[in-house]
Amino acid sequence: MQLSFSVYRYNPDVDNAPRMQDYTLEVEEGQDMMVLDALIALKEKDPTLSFRRSCREGVCGSDGMNMNGKNGLACITPLSTFGRKKIIVRPLPGMPVVRDLVVDLSQFYNQYEKIKPFLINDNNQPPAREFLQSPEEREKLDGLYECILCACCSSSCPSFWWNPDKFIGPAGLLHAYRFLADSRDTATEQRLGDLDDAFSVFRCHGIMNCVSVCPKGLNPTKAIGQIKSLLLQRAV
Amino acid sequence: MLTNQANFKRDGVQDYVTVRATAIIMTAFTFYMLWFFLSTPTVTYEIWHGLFSSLAMKVFTFAALVSVMLHIRIGFWQVLTDYVKSTGLRAVVQFFINLVAFVYVAVGLFVLWGL
Ligand code: SF4
Ligand code: SF4
Ligand code: FES
Repeated sequence: MQLSFSVYRYNPDVDNAPRMQDYTLEVEEGQDMMVLDALIALKEKDPTLSFRRSCREGVCGSDGMNMNGKNGLACITPLSTFGRKKIIVRPLPGMPVVRDLVVDLSQFYNQYEKIKPFLINDNNQPPAREFLQSPEEREKLDGLYECILCACCSSSCPSFWWNPDKFIGPAGLLHAYRFLADSRDTATEQRLGDLDDAFSVFRCHGIMNCVSVCPKGLNPTKAIGQIKSLLLQRAV
Repeated sequence: MLTNQANFKRDGVQDYVTVRATAIIMTAFTFYMLWFFLSTPTVTYEIWHGLFSSLAMKVFTFAALVSVMLHIRIGFWQVLTDYVKSTGLRAVVQFFINLVAFVYVAVGLFVLWGL
């Protein structure tokens, strides 16, 4: 069985413009594999093809890319998802391309950095051993802490495309809420103050592209809704 | 809320609430007018004039017009900051859109109380 691929190629050092390059791959009849395995096989034939990957099992978040129009992790997306159709692979949309499928995530990380993604606790007397949480308090972090920062969500969000310098984006906001919801964090007021402007949170219009692509099945829109209501409560 | 909405710098929470509040008023007005047209077999000048003669209806209509203006102001600011990246051009477009929205309110005011 022969599968055909069309892969985005761009090397700023030598190419004037990006182009799509066709590849074919011979696979055994009835055999399935992940898109990443196919890309690795293609790279064996054409070593100039560039992409990121590390864990190859959906844990590290390195290989976010756009496959047949939808963002996802190549390592956990089976070829069979696309049937017999040609598979079109592009880099994450809206991000500057470094080379081929490798994008520059600086803006994405800058937004992540802004939300102070670490626990802040100003209690004068830290517990001697560890911060204890009740099972209920711990449960509030479910659906938030699992994010692997693959950028599939933010690079599928139109609001992030147009304002990547001002809108935090779904991934950053999911993390922001992860710390707002943490019973051990004491910086709630400061965190909300940092988010209280017309862009950081409120550029989200609930389009929910983020939810539909998240490979970990998380729901950034819901977290953003919680932040919005915290900001509203703070204002009245 | 009105004075805040006249501010140049946008406030996220304020805008979020205003967009929703004005949407409710506009929807209510639309349904009210729809009901009026459906329940009135022939709309004569007298009936039309009568509809707007009560103070309550004048205020309701005025509130709907102001809602349209605020909704336009915020909505277009959001859309234009997304798509028009040149600040100068955006300022000009925004100015004219806000002007048109204001003219609707001003004209509405005269029509309502001048009839
Ligand atoms: S929320 Fe999901 S899609 Fe977004 S960065 Fe985290 S894991 Fe990736
Ligand atoms: S719900 Fe908000 S964050 Fe998610 S894709 Fe839509 S606008 Fe972006
Ligand atoms: S290679 Fe690590 S998530 Fe795909």
